[in-house]
Amino acid sequence: MSATELGMPGLSGVPTTEVEQKKKDFTSDQEVRWCPGCGDYAVLASVQGFLPELGLARENIVFVSGIGCSSRFPYYMNTYGMHSIHGRAPAIATGLASSRPDLSVWVVTGDGDALSIGGNHLIHALRRNVNVTILLFNNRIYGLTKGQYSPTSEQGKITKSTPMGSLDAPFNPVSLALGAEATFVARTIDSDRAHLTSVLRAAAAHRGTSLVEIYQNCNIFNDGAFEILKNSDTRDEVLIRLEHGEPVRFGVDAEHGIRRNPSTSGLEICSGDDPNVVVHDAHASDPSRAFALSRLADPGTLARTPIGIFRQVERPAYGDLMNDQVDRAVETQGEGDLATLLAGNDTWTVE
Amino acid sequence: MTAKQVRELDRVVIRFAGDSGDGMQLTGDRFTAETASFGNDLSTLPNFPAEIRAPAGTLPGVSSFQLHFADHDILTPGDAPDVLVAMNPAALKANLADLPKGATLIVDTAEFTPRALKKVGYAASPLDDSSLSAYKVHAVDLTGMTMKALEPFNLSRKEASRSKNMFALGLLSWMYGRSIDGTVTFLQTKFATKAAIREANITAVKAGWNYGETTEDFAVSYEIKPAPMAAGRYRNITGNLALSYGLVAASQQSKLPLFLGSYPITPASDILHEMSKHKRFGVRTFQAEDEIAGIGAALGAAFGGALGVTTTSGPGVALKSETIGLAVALELPLLIVDVQRGGPSTGLPTKTEQSDLLQAMFGRNGEAPVPIVAAASPADCFDAAIEAVRIAVTFRTPVFLLSDGYLANGSEPWSIPDVSSLPVIEPDFATEPNHVSDDETAPAEFWPYLRDPETLARPWAVPGTAGLEHRIGGIEKADGIGTISYDPANHDHMVRTRQAKVDNVDVPDLEVDDPTGDARLLVLGWGSTFGPIGAGVRRARRAGHSVAQVHLRHLNPLPANTGEVLRRYDRVLLPEMNLGQLALLLRARYLVDIISYNQVRGLPFKAEELADVIMKEDEQL
Repeated sequence: MSATELGMPGLSGVPTTEVEQKKKDFTSDQEVRWCPGCGDYAVLASVQGFLPELGLARENIVFVSGIGCSSRFPYYMNTYGMHSIHGRAPAIATGLASSRPDLSVWVVTGDGDALSIGGNHLIHALRRNVNVTILLFNNRIYGLTKGQYSPTSEQGKITKSTPMGSLDAPFNPVSLALGAEATFVARTIDSDRAHLTSVLRAAAAHRGTSLVEIYQNCNIFNDGAFEILKNSDTRDEVLIRLEHGEPVRFGVDAEHGIRRNPSTSGLEICSGDDPNVVVHDAHASDPSRAFALSRLADPGTLARTPIGIFRQVERPAYGDLMNDQVDRAVETQGEGDLATLLAGNDTWTVE
Repeated sequence: MTAKQVRELDRVVIRFAGDSGDGMQLTGDRFTAETASFGNDLSTLPNFPAEIRAPAGTLPGVSSFQLHFADHDILTPGDAPDVLVAMNPAALKANLADLPKGATLIVDTAEFTPRALKKVGYAASPLDDSSLSAYKVHAVDLTGMTMKALEPFNLSRKEASRSKNMFALGLLSWMYGRSIDGTVTFLQTKFATKAAIREANITAVKAGWNYGETTEDFAVSYEIKPAPMAAGRYRNITGNLALSYGLVAASQQSKLPLFLGSYPITPASDILHEMSKHKRFGVRTFQAEDEIAGIGAALGAAFGGALGVTTTSGPGVALKSETIGLAVALELPLLIVDVQRGGPSTGLPTKTEQSDLLQAMFGRNGEAPVPIVAAASPADCFDAAIEAVRIAVTFRTPVFLLSDGYLANGSEPWSIPDVSSLPVIEPDFATEPNHVSDDETAPAEFWPYLRDPETLARPWAVPGTAGLEHRIGGIEKADGIGTISYDPANHDHMVRTRQAKVDNVDVPDLEVDDPTGDARLLVLGWGSTFGPIGAGVRRARRAGHSVAQVHLRHLNPLPANTGEVLRRYDRVLLPEMNLGQLALLLRARYLVDIISYNQVRGLPFKAEELADVIMKEDEQL
């Protein structure tokens, strides 16, 4: 069975295997060295547990990372992998994925790696729609350098480098990705394995760049950053679960809803039974609604945080376009002949 | 009308100079093409401002194209023009100092208006006083005659006057017995869909030619016989084009699909443009968001089994340094092409310099050795590219290929190589596990850093190869097994091994050109100074000096006999277009008291100047 038959265009062209795979097939022999209690363990386990479902030839999967705690990820995957340099993983993955359509390419990155030093590569990968899945581990702190604020830290954050509070307004990665012409944007949470897996499945199926923001707890330098979204006492009141085709409601008894404010055309909170509660359409070609949803969350408290797939639209993947041009050139002009090329059409002969 | 006199010359240097919007580069290119097909040996030097359209009529806006052609083998674009074509007062003023007394000067009088003269500081027209009396001046209304010839085409004044460069080309073509047929064909193709422009330009070229033949002002035309060259098929080629073809050839000869990741930068952009035309050869070009992404994508493609290439100039190399270091650690093949220009910082984008040698050699954190190949002439860029790729693929290492602005845009005749004579490059991908543990019942493993004992290269196992899944990265790896290792002894071993691998690259010995065998002075060079040094050495020899010459094409590692060659001579002279970068390396390595001769004027050395320096050094021995 091919990946196309799986209904996953994102994996079309990647060879599959008949041999049944298990989580341990994707587990390398390297000892995992994240801090005990780190959210990265949960994501690693979810990815290793999910990949067998795809049935891809293991040798055709590549994980590429940058620098940071999360970027150690490839070492723990029993696939091909490259632990590269700070911020550059999307650029490296672009070259790999574009020249090798038979590979399933994954980028593992963090909020510092993807949004600070590598911000430029991230936005350009998104606009090009390179066929890669980007897992952005967002813990809102710098972990590997031991606790400085990050580009997603809330303003006023007290850290080692900001004893009087950070001055910068944070990025909202989902808003940023939508603004960068992303075709697939989702958010999930490290500890919600079922949700994380469902988002990974949709991201892998998507052809083009899939950006998955994963809220990930750094229990050493920013412990409890997402507690409000995880704790069973608080989460239902603040977490908005987006489902394509479903009304956007939240609250313990879905007593809140989101509707369009006709005068500002922005989104606002309403009662769950308001007849104007919006129905989430992740496939809308206009990203405005998805963007408005991404703006609901309070960057400080994380109240009204939507998770799920914000946007999932079709647009040709960069590598496919690149390879089409090569195929078309060969089709229309024939394969290149080196001797003809070198000679050109302006020569003279000396006897 | 009596037939005009034809005088025979052995060599001529012509410089076309005008405003950067006057089409001087095109005029020079066309004259060069006709000269090449005529069979003269030739060498060219385009010289243009970094601004696309500097203010019209100003000195900074002057663009020029110099061409040296001869009935014998020549090495440089010539020290000084025998003929200067100046399309306006600025072009005259900017170039007059280079013109030796007695030279021919052709000026477009239409542009010598009081306003244009004032713009460049001429109080009075130099055409009207005696200030040009040392030259053979032809004051010709090039613009006026062009407009007159183009009257039937109903073009605007501006459009019609734009063809004056073609009129000048026609006139010069007549003077030196060049055909204009190729230019007519060229214009027919270039303006295939613009009938009026096409016919206007063709008419202007022909009008220029006819004017030369008819007017009394030009009584003599000149003949420069074809130069004797080795039998074969030739074409004219610039360094950037030869380098691009070398990359395509290396891809074909290695059967590796080429992936070029690049960001536009002068003077390297033409390689990206050229490569983007060759998709039918499986070439993929990627115009990245920045220099770092350009090399990053190339390295990613190399991990996937492509021939990864990035092209840039000095400032771009600075940005790529970290990724080059990563490639050193990953030990993957990667080619970095640096078309050097004047620095530091933005420096002189359109001018030449060879001041990135130390950056290529050392410009990374840690001990990060990278082999370096430097092209010696425009045509040599082809062979140098193939050689650089051979080293990269064979030794699994990033390699620097150094060119420069002079080679990139300069041109010379190229003996088109027979494809069957090109070297074959063997990627030799890993296909199966390479390590069996002591426990023989355990399955064989793949160790990504288990080296070839001969080359010290590690295996290149590309994704998609079952059983060879492995992880590489910038953190130090244990030799052999390739897992992360912070072990002090392993790091020491890996640093030394990476160095030994580069030191171990096979490069040919230096061959010294010492015809009399009794020279006491050795003149050494690298990169694009090959031509000027060779021309300087020839002059010195003609003046009775015994001088030896040798040229370095491999800068890292250096040829094994370098030290012996340097010590063979009483004195070693090393001209460089920097402040002595190679001299620093050679002095440190071989403890030889090398004498540097340095210049960083953005222009290649002149043969006469080098001849003087060479003779002076020789006389002191």
